[in-house]
Amino acid sequence: MSEFFAMGGYGLYVWGSYGVTALVIVAEIVWVVQRRKVLLKRLARMSRLTKG
Amino acid sequence: MLFIVAGVTGIGIAATLILNAFNSNMVFFFSPSQVVAKEAPQERSFRLGGLVTEGSVEREDDGLTVHFTVTDNQHTIPVVFTGILPDLFREGEGVVAQGRLGDDGVFHAEEVLAKHDETYMPPEVAEALEKAEKAKQSSNSDIQNAPAGAGGSI
Amino acid sequence: MAFAGINWFKYSSPATFYPLAGKMMPWFAGLAAVLTVIGLYMSFFVAPTDYKQGEAYRIMFIHVPAAWMSMFIYVVMAVYAAMGLIFNTRLSAMMASSLAPTGALFTFLALWTGALWGKPMWGTWWVWDARLTTELILLFLYIGFMSLEAAIDDPRRATRASGLLAIVGVVNVPIIYFSVEWWNTLHQGASISLDKAPSMATIMLASMLVMTLAFWMYTIAMVLYRVRCEILERERHSEWVVALMEERK
Repeated sequence: MSEFFAMGGYGLYVWGSYGVTALVIVAEIVWVVQRRKVLLKRLARMSRLTKG
Repeated sequence: MLFIVAGVTGIGIAATLILNAFNSNMVFFFSPSQVVAKEAPQERSFRLGGLVTEGSVEREDDGLTVHFTVTDNQHTIPVVFTGILPDLFREGEGVVAQGRLGDDGVFHAEEVLAKHDETYMPPEVAEALEKAEKAKQSSNSDIQNAPAGAGGSI
Repeated sequence: MAFAGINWFKYSSPATFYPLAGKMMPWFAGLAAVLTVIGLYMSFFVAPTDYKQGEAYRIMFIHVPAAWMSMFIYVVMAVYAAMGLIFNTRLSAMMASSLAPTGALFTFLALWTGALWGKPMWGTWWVWDARLTTELILLFLYIGFMSLEAAIDDPRRATRASGLLAIVGVVNVPIIYFSVEWWNTLHQGASISLDKAPSMATIMLASMLVMTLAFWMYTIAMVLYRVRCEILERERHSEWVVALMEERK
């Protein structure tokens, strides 16, 4: 198992690549979901204001 | 509208300049033949690229200074380097060395980078290929210095 | 995106595309997840060690797909931007805006994984060779596109300016691709190309293609999700969005 994580001595580089890729992708997903939430809230407020 | 036109023109000019810079400067390295033909800069530092000649690597006793020659199968330039070599630095493999050419004709490298090719395969396949290459070579022994089956290209 | 076979003009209205994108999104997201699991399994447990680079070459399974996507997304973005400018279709501009962040993300990943691969193999994180430099320019083009769009207040002018930048910048893509042939570079040539057999063991190639497909599906899902936001935002005063918001209450 530890041999797998060592990646023949290149563990830092291999996991650094895969780790950052995973991180960035998760960050993008969180970002767009957040964006939609904020947007829907704003639109809902707008719709309340116009329709009273 | 004026703003947009100005912006796009700016980008266009920038792109042209970059491309121009590429054409004059983006020769990342010079081959031994170019160095022999004096196409490489004489006074300043430049990059020398080619293959590490088989059997040319010699290490000094300090363990850090390395002598080897770089070849493009036409011409060969001797190189001396003190420092840590990249993992892929091997005889018969590609190398790009940054440094300057001394009056003694030896290239004094400050940095050595390995250049690998685009071939990827499991070790067993590489071994089998090498064996096949050897068998072929011994059967036509008149062909000398045939390139190894995999790798070696630059 | 490869929506070939769909009658574009029918769906080029934001009002009809909004629900359609909402229906398609989960399928692409699911496909992306499944392909990622398969791709990662193949990359680490099926693909063998490389004869020269050992385990470090496994970085390739994300580096190459990310680099491909970075170029591919840019071309698609430029095509949408051009369609938006020529036919004045609102949806095309929204698609271009939705593609840019994911394209920038893959460009960053290609550069990042490249640095982490270059350090142990070449002996350096970065060199100013033609391939690396042009890929960096691609990142700046994406960032320029997004900031130009954000910086101009008038949305129509913002779309026009950023669209023009996208179209002009597309010349960079073939330069990236052919840089390793046109100039002496530290970066190696392509392992996969149309005019020769791949110089890579089949199983390695298969792993890489599965990862590429996973990234592709991820991109489509992400763009569909983002374009829905884009549509709501830009069409917020239109009747159908107002009605939709009423419904949601």
